[in-house]
Amino acid sequence: MLRVDVTKQLGEFSLEAAFESQGRVTGLFGASGAGKTSLINMIAGLLRPDRGVIALDGETLDDTSKGIHVPPHRRRIGYVFQDARLFPHLDVRQNLDYGRRMNRLAVDSSQHNRITDLLDIGPLLDRRPGQLSGGERQRVALGRALLSKPRLLLLDEPLGSLDEGRKEEILPYLVRLRDEGIPMVYVSHDAAELRQLATQIVMLKRGRVTALGGVKVLT
Amino acid sequence: MFEISPAEWTAILLSLRVAVVATLVATPFGIALAWLLARREFWGKSILDALVHLPLVLPPVVTGYLLLLTFGRRGLVGAWLADNLGIVFAFRWTGAALACGIMSFPLLVRPIRLSIEAIDRRLEQASSTLGAAPWQVFATVTLPLALPGVLAGMVLGFAKAIGEFGATITFVSNIPGETQTISSAIYSLIQTPDGDTAAGRLVLISIVIAMGALIASEWFARRATKRLHGN
Repeated sequence: MLRVDVTKQLGEFSLEAAFESQGRVTGLFGASGAGKTSLINMIAGLLRPDRGVIALDGETLDDTSKGIHVPPHRRRIGYVFQDARLFPHLDVRQNLDYGRRMNRLAVDSSQHNRITDLLDIGPLLDRRPGQLSGGERQRVALGRALLSKPRLLLLDEPLGSLDEGRKEEILPYLVRLRDEGIPMVYVSHDAAELRQLATQIVMLKRGRVTALGGVKVLT
Repeated sequence: MFEISPAEWTAILLSLRVAVVATLVATPFGIALAWLLARREFWGKSILDALVHLPLVLPPVVTGYLLLLTFGRRGLVGAWLADNLGIVFAFRWTGAALACGIMSFPLLVRPIRLSIEAIDRRLEQASSTLGAAPWQVFATVTLPLALPGVLAGMVLGFAKAIGEFGATITFVSNIPGETQTISSAIYSLIQTPDGDTAAGRLVLISIVIAMGALIASEWFARRATKRLHGN
């Protein structure tokens, strides 16, 4: 379970959001500039709230009143960015293996094979990020985040930088991931996308939560 | 014309040794300082920045004299190092290396700093969400991506160190076999009546070394761009 109750001032923009999510896939819905990315950056620990609490499965990640801030690398929260952010100096195989190495996890080739199969990235393993298409890059980024064995996966408009055709190419993989059962927070401004993926919706408007509930709040 | 005498060889090899040691010892400090200047905000940052660049604008003889006052036999640091650790800089080749290291430091730091500043910080964020502690982020993302800049800085620093003259001769004098580098050998030769040919040889050699260093540095800079684009 994810519990968020934070405030953050970013220049002129103020973000004040509180929600709890039991859902497997929490859809964070809102127009651009609504504060979605700032909110998941706080969940990831990349941004510190001015005030408030973030807790995941009973563990406090942020609590400003107690001075608690768990740094991103100790949160075990995976993050798939809109722009993939693959490491340009590493090939696909090394990118995928990065989280395992940093967390000093044992080599788990069955997990590795399962995820490369799930995302169909086996044929890309020896390529460099510069030699991948946008859709391929995004699939590798997904695989990289998953292989670090996160307890929660954040996805920030993972289809945002792709054209319609490419979106259709990635969406089935995201559905497969959801059915794998890993909890996700999925950020999007596209209601249709969220209707397909999310089990619970948090609607955000100008830094405030305006609606909470099942996918029917999207209508 | 192209017969290099043993004395000239001694000067060439000493120059190379001094420049290599100066560059290798200065590099870790250069990386640390470049990272600090590129990535951290702190009180006195502009003073530190100015201090790093000082040897570039100060007359070399001043830097050499300050080194003599500090690291000489009776200098504050020099006396302590000699008494407690047995390290002597004054009139030794190690002193020449120290002078060259300090004189070339601004040239070493600059390309490293620029290449660290050019790295997309969002890659470092991605690295931390994958479980990398700050030092791991530095070792596995920042440093490898800055590596071509580090090498370019080392090459430039090396080229500067091998040509250093003013600070070196002021600090450790011009002793053949101990502190006489190519530059100070040329200086001595052009002051002796028939030293012209020998001086010409050494001049040619220093041009070759400097050109080689600049070409290598250019090559590393081009590699840096390629690497950052992930091809």
